[in-house]
Amino acid sequence: MEQHLTEIIVFTVLFLVVSGMGFVAARWRRPQDLASLDEWGLGGRSFGSWITWFLVGGDLYTAYTFVAVPALLWSAGAMGFFAVPYTIVIYPMVFLVLIRLWSVSHIHGFVTPADFVRARFGSPTLALLVAITGIVATMPYIALQLVGIEAVLKSMGVTGHLPIIIAFAILAAYTYQSGLRAPALIAFVKDTLIYIVILVAIIVIPIKLGGWDLIFDKAQEKFAASPAPGDGILLNANNQLQYVTLAFGSALALFLYPHSITGVLASRNRDVIKRNMSALPAYSLLLGLIALLGYMAIAAGTTPIGKDNNTIVPRLFDQMFPDWFTGVAYAAVGIGALVPAAIMSIAAANLFTRNIYKEYINRDAGDADEARVSKLTSLLVKVGAVACILFLDTGFSIDLQLIGGVIILQTLPSVALGLYTRWFHRGGLIAGWIAGMSAGMLLLYNIGNPATGKLHFAGSAFPLEKLGLDTKMTIYAGILALAVNLVVAALGTVVARAMNAADGEDTTHPDHYFADEGDPRIKDLDFSPGAPKAH
Amino acid sequence: MTTPNGDRSDRSPWNWLLVVPIVLPLLPFLFNSDEPRLFGFPMFYWLQLAFIAVGVTCTTIVYQMTKRGR
Repeated sequence: MEQHLTEIIVFTVLFLVVSGMGFVAARWRRPQDLASLDEWGLGGRSFGSWITWFLVGGDLYTAYTFVAVPALLWSAGAMGFFAVPYTIVIYPMVFLVLIRLWSVSHIHGFVTPADFVRARFGSPTLALLVAITGIVATMPYIALQLVGIEAVLKSMGVTGHLPIIIAFAILAAYTYQSGLRAPALIAFVKDTLIYIVILVAIIVIPIKLGGWDLIFDKAQEKFAASPAPGDGILLNANNQLQYVTLAFGSALALFLYPHSITGVLASRNRDVIKRNMSALPAYSLLLGLIALLGYMAIAAGTTPIGKDNNTIVPRLFDQMFPDWFTGVAYAAVGIGALVPAAIMSIAAANLFTRNIYKEYINRDAGDADEARVSKLTSLLVKVGAVACILFLDTGFSIDLQLIGGVIILQTLPSVALGLYTRWFHRGGLIAGWIAGMSAGMLLLYNIGNPATGKLHFAGSAFPLEKLGLDTKMTIYAGILALAVNLVVAALGTVVARAMNAADGEDTTHPDHYFADEGDPRIKDLDFSPGAPKAH
Repeated sequence: MTTPNGDRSDRSPWNWLLVVPIVLPLLPFLFNSDEPRLFGFPMFYWLQLAFIAVGVTCTTIVYQMTKRGR
């Protein structure tokens, strides 16, 4: 541990500065009162382009991504680069969708995607399913942020779970106090640190290693020598479909995650969202360059600690940088974990409050009650995430995260398609959800990895051969499950209509999907005590 | 759509431009090749990174052409 002393000091100092900012954030852009979900959980819905850029960027590109994507390139090669097409197609894809969601949410005061589903399809049951899906998909994602911090701590020779517990206790305390303002403010520091570290890394490391040509050649040598069939610095005939469907499926899933939607709803108007759709790809470039750290690690002969591939990037930094700068880099990853963890816990807490507590436990909950319940739930969610890390195998969190991506996709018909069409019947959507979930679980259960001896949940690449097709190609399981969901939802809708089954009432109106800031129907968000309830 | 609140629909022919950055990165035959290299990067890597610029360009144009004057 002594040999990492400088790193530990730099890391600790930066971590404490940021924690201080988290507490001060309650006073930043000070509202009259934090006791409502719009203030605590959505930062007053007043964030402009810059804050939204840092917030959503800090939210989507998590510490875990920055550690795991290069680790994937390090071990499997080109397949890991799917993160780049994934984060390119996402923005043009949701460009028009998110502004509709923003408008309808601001007219009706929706805080969560499940709020929207409830109003659109008049079905609390469907909303409950969407809410539970969101919570279940988000929990392991939070746990994975801890995995990111753990990788860094391990590389500094810090072992044991106590440091993680302390870090998360601090995070929980300031999220409780400041709500969404805390991660929004911290995101500035986090992203600045990450940009500096990565710019230095992609200039300094290739020079030290003898240039990019050599880095790619070394990677190619490694994969040529390995017995695994699917690796290499290029895709092969059998994993191209997986590459494309994984990128596309992950992109479809990203903005269904409640924490992504939280960031979007917190923005001030539609133009902020549109502008961000063209500005956020700056992070994709960053991610693409970070991914290549995996190949640099190959060329530098970096080895992971034990079998934990996630330590590859921290170890590479340790090998290449002076101690003080390694400390800065580690702090960037550590703080990078806090921003998304905070937003995710807020989003999960909002889902619980709005779609479970208010719907089923206390229908008369006012704004202050909602904020109080959300704050407490956000604490519980973090305790749950820490428990995941303490009591479950890390591999299990990764499995859960994998499952999370597949299950969150099952809310696409009601949330994303629901923004465009009211054609689906609520019964059909529920049936589709059940079918998609079951199919997804079944597919993931049947994915094994002979190389590691893992029989189930060993990845998301489903071999088409198991469906009786004569091919070695694989496909992303989430896409197949979504297809099942859509077919069943459509059939269910036709059947329900034929049987004249009662459909829910749609309380939204077509022109609600176009309203913008300044529209009189957009709720005035003065939620001071005693102000009339806005919804 | 005309309402007293000045609502407009989001329809615009410019929106079709968004299709380009959605489709390009999902066509591996375009970029799944080592040669030609650029600054030492195999084509697989530099071309996909270049698609980021395509995405930014297209979304920026659509934003500029469809933003509501205020």
